[in-house]
Amino acid sequence: MRPYAFTRPGSVRAALAEADGGSAYLAGGTTLVDLMKLEVSTPSRVVDINRLPLDGISVDSDGLHIGALARMSDVAGDQAVRTRYPMISQALELSASPQLRNMASMGGNLLQRTRCSYFRDLTTACNKREPGSGCAALTGHNRMHAVLGTSEACVATHPSDVAVALVALDTQVHLESRDGTRTVALAEFYRLPGQTPQVENDLRPGELITGLTVPALPWATRSLYLKIRDRQSYEFALTSAAVALDLDGARIRGARVAAGGVGTRPWRLGAVEQALVGRTATPDTYEAVVASVAEDARTLPHNVFKPALLRRTLVRALVTLGGRA
Amino acid sequence: MPPPDRSGERPRGTRGVSRRWFLGGAGVVAAGATVALAPKVVENVTTPTVTAPGENLVELTLRVNGDRVRLETDPRATLLDTLREPLALTGTKKGCDRGQCGACTVQVDGRRVLSCLTLAATLDGTEVTSIEGLADGDELHPMQQAFIDHDGFQCGFCTPGQIMSAVSLVQEGGAGSDEQIREGMSGNICRCSAYPFIVDAVRSGREAMG
Repeated sequence: MRPYAFTRPGSVRAALAEADGGSAYLAGGTTLVDLMKLEVSTPSRVVDINRLPLDGISVDSDGLHIGALARMSDVAGDQAVRTRYPMISQALELSASPQLRNMASMGGNLLQRTRCSYFRDLTTACNKREPGSGCAALTGHNRMHAVLGTSEACVATHPSDVAVALVALDTQVHLESRDGTRTVALAEFYRLPGQTPQVENDLRPGELITGLTVPALPWATRSLYLKIRDRQSYEFALTSAAVALDLDGARIRGARVAAGGVGTRPWRLGAVEQALVGRTATPDTYEAVVASVAEDARTLPHNVFKPALLRRTLVRALVTLGGRA
Repeated sequence: MPPPDRSGERPRGTRGVSRRWFLGGAGVVAAGATVALAPKVVENVTTPTVTAPGENLVELTLRVNGDRVRLETDPRATLLDTLREPLALTGTKKGCDRGQCGACTVQVDGRRVLSCLTLAATLDGTEVTSIEGLADGDELHPMQQAFIDHDGFQCGFCTPGQIMSAVSLVQEGGAGSDEQIREGMSGNICRCSAYPFIVDAVRSGREAMG
């Protein structure tokens, strides 16, 4: 691990004053400490933000407010989250391990780096780690890699589960810097890799995520996160689906659908949502509306199964949630 | 597990020769004392376990298994390396050192975490419990006894982490069924694949913990 300066500010203002272009904020450390050991991440200064008062979880008429330092396990176990937004609890509890969920913060979860093994290996080419060096994944082991939103420069999958559920729910991200505060939609916060895969999000140098707001959505009580993976537990997604359905008897009034494990960022499926509205909640409907999902996917030699697996994942999630009415 | 000792006194049951006795009795770690960070070269250069004191040391005070500890630490040092090297608490094992195997599981403020991904410098004012903090003197913690009774290990390297995780799982109320135990223990890998006996041990330990 490279040497760095270490500070423990006690307030958001003090933390922002400590940050500069070469610094990194440290919350749970489950990504940052790992990557610093590998020397993939080499900040000159580590700003420990764990004392900042940003760990609240509350619900009001606007929706669900989650502090950036709330831990994954605390959000997953929160009774209001469990009952009002089950897909958030489920996505969190299907992530990582209990120890990691006790450590990892929600802000850090959204910023976690890809698990692409070439990104983590200094001896290989990676445009995300070293811009211009190439992409070893294109000709390497690419079973876990993305098929949507990729570019010639990068095919790294966004690894977060809960970000998929949060994107489906129109979550807003609150940011603060020395210039002030701003709020952006999580879906727009993430960038596609294009020719600059090292730029993963809209965060400016020194800017801090302070919290999230998940807008009120009464029918999110009928929601589900389904994760398909190589092991029963403690594994990243091959494919996943975050789905919420608003049903009027057997008729679908509204839907939220997003996919994970397949995209370079959490992948909202707006066309599927629109196609579901007004239809009858039956397996035939679900099969029909997902038929064209990922038809523009760019598969790699080891992940040609992903588009079909994604469609089946979506149908399974919809059947589980909407039944066969 | 009993609540952490916050009294500043020696915790109960630390008589006899144990690592905790050594720590307290030898004065290496005592209230107000500073643990010397002897310059030391380690083979694994990616993770400096102990580095020479420099201008960038971080001071912190915490409790480790009930004992008050003051440290000056390199900000890069993990809790795992801090436990194993300057504090000589080698019960906590370094498996992958990448947050993937669970062998280094300890409790910080009563919550199970991975000590290999926890920087010691972040722990000022916290309470750490490692495997050495479970037994009451010569009397093993019920979960330790359950792992012995059910042969919940082969080589034993993952066992301290398994037991710390199992104790936490029971405290979390998440060990209700065998399925819950398997899911709740999924962050602790056993290369010997003693999983069926580990599930038996956790189930039995849960009953013994009441």
